[in-house]
Amino acid sequence: MIAYILRSLAQAVMVMLAVALLAFSMFRFVGDPVANMVGQEASLKERAELAERLGLNDPFPIQFANFVRDMTRGEFGMSYRQGRPVRDLLMERVPATVELAFLSSLFALVFGIALGVYTAINRRGILANAVMSLSLVGVSLPTFLIGIGLIYLFAVELRWLPSFGRGDVLKLGWWSTGLLTETGRKSLIMPVLTLGFFQLTLIMRLVRAEMLEAMRTDYVKFARARGIPERSISFRHALRNTMIPVITIAGLQFGSVIAFAIVTETVFQWPGLGALFVQAVQFVDIPVMAAYLMFVALVFVVVNLAVDLLYFAVDPRLRGTTAAAK
Amino acid sequence: MTAPVLSVRNLKVEFPTRRGILTAIDDISFDIGPGEVLGVVGESGAGKSITGTAVIGLIEPPGRIAGGEVLLRGSRIDNLPQEQMRKIRGKRIGMVFQDPLTSLNPLYRIGEHLIETIRTHSTLSESAARKKALSLLEEVGIPAPDTRIDNYPHQFSGGMRQRVVLALALAAEPELVIADEPTTALDVSVQAQIIALLKRLCAQHGAAVMLITHDMGVIAETADRVAVMYAGRIAEIGPVRDVIKSPLHPYTKGLMGSIPSLTGESDRLVQIPGSMPRLTAIPSGCRFHPRCPRAFVPCPTFRPELQPEAKSEVACWLYHPFPVQAEAV
Amino acid sequence: MRAPSPPRLTFRTRLWRAWDSDVAWSFRHSPVAILAAAMALTLLLSAVLAPLIAPQNAFDAASLNLMEGFTRPGEPSAVTGRVFVLGTDDQGRDMLSAILYGSRVSLLVGFASVVFSIAIGVSLGLMAGYLGGRTDAFIMRIADIQLSFPAILIALLVFGIARGLIAPQYHEQAAVVVLIIAIGLSNWASYARTVRGSTLVEKNKDYVMSARVMGRSPFAIMGQHVLPNVTGPVLVIATINLALAIIAESTLSFLGVGVPPTQPSLGTLIRVGQQFLFSGEWWILLYPALDLVLLALSINLLGDWLRDALNPKLR
Repeated sequence: MIAYILRSLAQAVMVMLAVALLAFSMFRFVGDPVANMVGQEASLKERAELAERLGLNDPFPIQFANFVRDMTRGEFGMSYRQGRPVRDLLMERVPATVELAFLSSLFALVFGIALGVYTAINRRGILANAVMSLSLVGVSLPTFLIGIGLIYLFAVELRWLPSFGRGDVLKLGWWSTGLLTETGRKSLIMPVLTLGFFQLTLIMRLVRAEMLEAMRTDYVKFARARGIPERSISFRHALRNTMIPVITIAGLQFGSVIAFAIVTETVFQWPGLGALFVQAVQFVDIPVMAAYLMFVALVFVVVNLAVDLLYFAVDPRLRGTTAAAK
Repeated sequence: MTAPVLSVRNLKVEFPTRRGILTAIDDISFDIGPGEVLGVVGESGAGKSITGTAVIGLIEPPGRIAGGEVLLRGSRIDNLPQEQMRKIRGKRIGMVFQDPLTSLNPLYRIGEHLIETIRTHSTLSESAARKKALSLLEEVGIPAPDTRIDNYPHQFSGGMRQRVVLALALAAEPELVIADEPTTALDVSVQAQIIALLKRLCAQHGAAVMLITHDMGVIAETADRVAVMYAGRIAEIGPVRDVIKSPLHPYTKGLMGSIPSLTGESDRLVQIPGSMPRLTAIPSGCRFHPRCPRAFVPCPTFRPELQPEAKSEVACWLYHPFPVQAEAV
Repeated sequence: MRAPSPPRLTFRTRLWRAWDSDVAWSFRHSPVAILAAAMALTLLLSAVLAPLIAPQNAFDAASLNLMEGFTRPGEPSAVTGRVFVLGTDDQGRDMLSAILYGSRVSLLVGFASVVFSIAIGVSLGLMAGYLGGRTDAFIMRIADIQLSFPAILIALLVFGIARGLIAPQYHEQAAVVVLIIAIGLSNWASYARTVRGSTLVEKNKDYVMSARVMGRSPFAIMGQHVLPNVTGPVLVIATINLALAIIAESTLSFLGVGVPPTQPSLGTLIRVGQQFLFSGEWWILLYPALDLVLLALSINLLGDWLRDALNPKLR
């Protein structure tokens, strides 16, 4: 078991280093860091000095090592466009995105599993088929359209919810939360639904497929042959076995939700990391792009690790040795 | 025989497909007496497994029982509503499948499987059920049952798992156990043990057995009577000794001749030419006639029914007068 | 002894087999598939034939009359009296023409990026499967990474990097190509995986081994034996990816990092339309949105049906 954990950790580190290499390459080869940091009128001498100071004349591996060292310390440099330390920008915006991502994942998980189980058990029901058809439409709907549609309905026509922004937020230390204010909560509803919708359809279809698969297995056949009631079979045998792949995939999805938030944040003018990233791409603000990449990679890697460990805890086949007795 | 435990009369099982209706079993009838072991033997695709599945009511839609009756101790069970049939499964009819690894839920401990089955069919408490589970495990020969009961299926070897499966099938004391290829997935060395165990347990619990297999050796060892199936029909059915020593139906003769013998007779192994017809291309008349070395006038046109001959029953025009104006089948 | 290779079929035989095959049967009997195919075909044709059937050339700024802006669908314009079936936008652009031309751009980018993805994915899959060992492990690792990161992120990243590498004056010209590459690079891994699996299976078959012994080039071998087997699954993946690519393009355009505004795609049109939705000119948003959704939906339905039709387990 220790070997398993160590192996997962090692893989995590490898992935982070690979992403760091990518981020670093972006810094070095895309655009000119010096040109981006000084004005047009800077003399050649000033540029040369800056280059020396930034360590641009050192050999590649040393620069990369410095880069990694800086990253681990949270030093991401200065934003080309805003002239502020990237680190500050990140910290301002992380809470908005994390809150959004977490809540929408929760929403998608709860309703996705419920709907998935329902449509699997009631395969031939009318409601179940309606839900499945709707989910197909859902997959064909781009997230931004869903956002726009919701805004039109609830903000413009019905005027129940605000059409953009986070509302009032409460600052707790360096974190800011919208959960504790009424406008904050109201502002969260539509973005959470929008971001969560795609995940929900994914999870629902996954749960349904896995449940149906589980209901076709030999152990279910044998359970029926032993007279176990259908209800027990669905909820105890099939569902339990379904949870393992669902946890894995849903867990992995969460890692990417942070990135999926890009579109939702843009539609709702949500002050999060995603919106920041889009601006950075438009203006080729390399430090921000690189920092965002590293952050997403970090979240991703941490979530992967957590899922690996969870998997381990849930599937008895992975634990210990198989003690075969003849 | 005395009142049979199981009575199958003119059973017909159909599967509607895109290309038409396939009849997997076409009008078969047989009885199993209390405590008796009936072997059901035949090549792959002959309909043996479907017979077992039909008896216990687990034919999956769109397949269905299209005709005939299945009677358990005299009362029909093939037309029961789902919930009543469910109560019969496990409690009065048990079934054992081929692959013990996939028959057990990998996330359930052995004890959970057993207790679940026991409590479904009785009102025992959790601890009483556990006691019963332990005694069952001991009966099937699992060593150290108090520790093994909390193990998971993957922690057992193939033979041990099949023992557990047997314990599960017998947990609610059924009157009939259907064993569908119970040893095919096991090592040869373990097969004999499991078969012996099956026979002994059923004898002790007073359960009749329908033993479905393609292995004649197992039948010879274990069964009292044997039914030979071919392309969805029964060709011959009778006491094991008679069917093996003096087979009547040409197909059975071919089967017996194709088994290598250890007792020295080194004649060439008989091979029946051709192969069993697919369900989409069933021959007219007697289904075996295209491959039969003894086929003659009535065979391609008229379908033979099981008729008594010596101590068995056989469906072959060699043994009873053939019709001159009956309808062709 | 020479191991036999599978028989070659004439084209006519192939065609007849295809018509009589389970797939064609399944199509003829599936109302959803037929409907979806009809819808997709209609949208596709209308996009291809846009220059011929559109009332107006939506991309030609000179042909627009600002005075005709904001005309409601079906009503005559306040100034010139012309009737526009789907209304006009703020620039006086006929919505019908706009979506015809717009879907053209969307489909172009969509198809091209799928072709690009297939090219990369299939090649890498063949390489990984055939060469095995380290190459295989390396390629599959990268594929795993591509699969775990959201396509949007990868596409944005590629786009951003390309922007940094290309001088500003060429941005507009290069935009479409960069977009195709960006979306293509975010979706190739599924093909690679499938093709690799197939290659591994075929690699060990007798007739492949005997071909190798006889000195035939590995490419010929792979081409002749592996590719025919993967056409089915690749087609399924491609169909679903096409819908994804179209949505990806529209998302990127909506975000402002897609096609340049001079060649608006459906995504750009939606971006423009969003501003006017809240002030009451709903048609500027609705029609492009509807076109996009119908396009993606019909392609998705086809992809779903195709996957079920080609799945041997469900027959």
